[in-house]
Amino acid sequence: MKTKFIALSALAALAAGCATAPSDDATSAKALAVMKAGFQERGQAKLDRLDQDNLQRLCSTYSGGNELPKDVAEKIEQEQRAMIKFPADGKMLGDWKSGEKIAQSGRGGQYNDDPTKPSGANCYACHQLTKQEVSYGTIGPSLYNFAKVRGFGPDIQKYAWSKVYNSHAFSACSSMPRFGQRGILTEQQIKDVVALLMDPNSPVNK
Amino acid sequence: MNRTWEGAARTACAVVALAATGAIAQERSAVEEIERYRQALGDGNPAELWEARGEGLWKEKAGPKNASLEKCDLGLGPGVVRGAYAQLPRYFADTGKVEDLESRLVSCRVALQGISPEEAKKSPFGGPGRKTVNDALVAYITSESRGVKMNVQANHPKEAEAYEIGRKIFFHRGGPYDFACATCHGVDNIRIRLQDLPNLTKQADAQRAYTSWPAYRVSQGEVRTFQWRLEDCFRQQRFPHLDFTSEASIALTMFLARNANGATFNAPSIKR
Repeated sequence: MKTKFIALSALAALAAGCATAPSDDATSAKALAVMKAGFQERGQAKLDRLDQDNLQRLCSTYSGGNELPKDVAEKIEQEQRAMIKFPADGKMLGDWKSGEKIAQSGRGGQYNDDPTKPSGANCYACHQLTKQEVSYGTIGPSLYNFAKVRGFGPDIQKYAWSKVYNSHAFSACSSMPRFGQRGILTEQQIKDVVALLMDPNSPVNK
Repeated sequence: MNRTWEGAARTACAVVALAATGAIAQERSAVEEIERYRQALGDGNPAELWEARGEGLWKEKAGPKNASLEKCDLGLGPGVVRGAYAQLPRYFADTGKVEDLESRLVSCRVALQGISPEEAKKSPFGGPGRKTVNDALVAYITSESRGVKMNVQANHPKEAEAYEIGRKIFFHRGGPYDFACATCHGVDNIRIRLQDLPNLTKQADAQRAYTSWPAYRVSQGEVRTFQWRLEDCFRQQRFPHLDFTSEASIALTMFLARNANGATFNAPSIKR
């Protein structure tokens, strides 16, 4: 009886200990409150940028060694794929020369950027695209010879469009911004970037 | 802590396996050239000018109370500067807060010199034709930790809490581009354009990166402090403006500084 009582007390103490240690959700809530208090809106960057949509929340939760479960990944990809808007005229390819300029430009979205001017896509920050540009990053895979390797047909064009529009549609919790979904690039700009990837005359495919 | 690094390592390995197929070797020579340039400059680092000015400001009487900062307690006792930076951030009983160097300097300037908190926090970072007290004091005090091993504790509950909040902030994806600190600094062996990016969730990279700040930035002609570094990262992350010495900035610094424990501090350094 006495042993039982001690065991129960120990359990109760343990439970109490658990109750006082902040849960992961409580820490997340505290962190968001601390961020809301620690940032100030400036230019186009308002405080609501700290709020997360469902995708951002999931991808933050499953990071830092907390692996993204396969079923969650598949659900994300399905949901994001369903939201992709394809061009009304059905034409995926614009002007690759304009696409190259967009791929070089990193402006847009920062509080010190003029929001009335078009944003760039800054593709080269993370990807190799052409042999001519040697200053490219390695956060994403090399896209050199993108269509030469995969083919120039309409399916691959659609795939390229989808990746630029919303990379999570094929790769849940990708590091790449959702350029179409979030309205970072206009429809015409996406066409131009897709042309950079897909046009047989683009230096990407040379 | 180890759990964090090991977990991140697993994720990183998978990503790197995909990314490493790109031709990296070709540009390595450029990176090596930059490193050589950096070493050559290191012999005559202009940050020494800031360090000298900072030492003067530390000892000079100023403010409504006409007092120096020589009684400021940076965590090792009033007036102890040697090695102080290597154990920051930490909890301070007099303010009841976890403070990094820059917030602690604000507290000391307010308490000892009688300067208002608003005044002490105003325009902390230098620019063309503007030299700041913060930059100079930071350069001086950090230089006094050169050669000292990083040893940031989380024994006080508020220190432990700051670390966990900092960790959350580090992995918080947000804004129009969905970026978190971890987007660029949570993977091994990647670079943005030609700039190598340290994986700050891994001990070796975190140690190398943290112990090299503050730095004299050749491209800007200024000594840039750790608060500056964080604010400029968030700007590029498309986040709003990070308030100087905010609790968020200190929590994130706590996370990064503690991940660098055991490394020998070696700054102010010099960077491109």
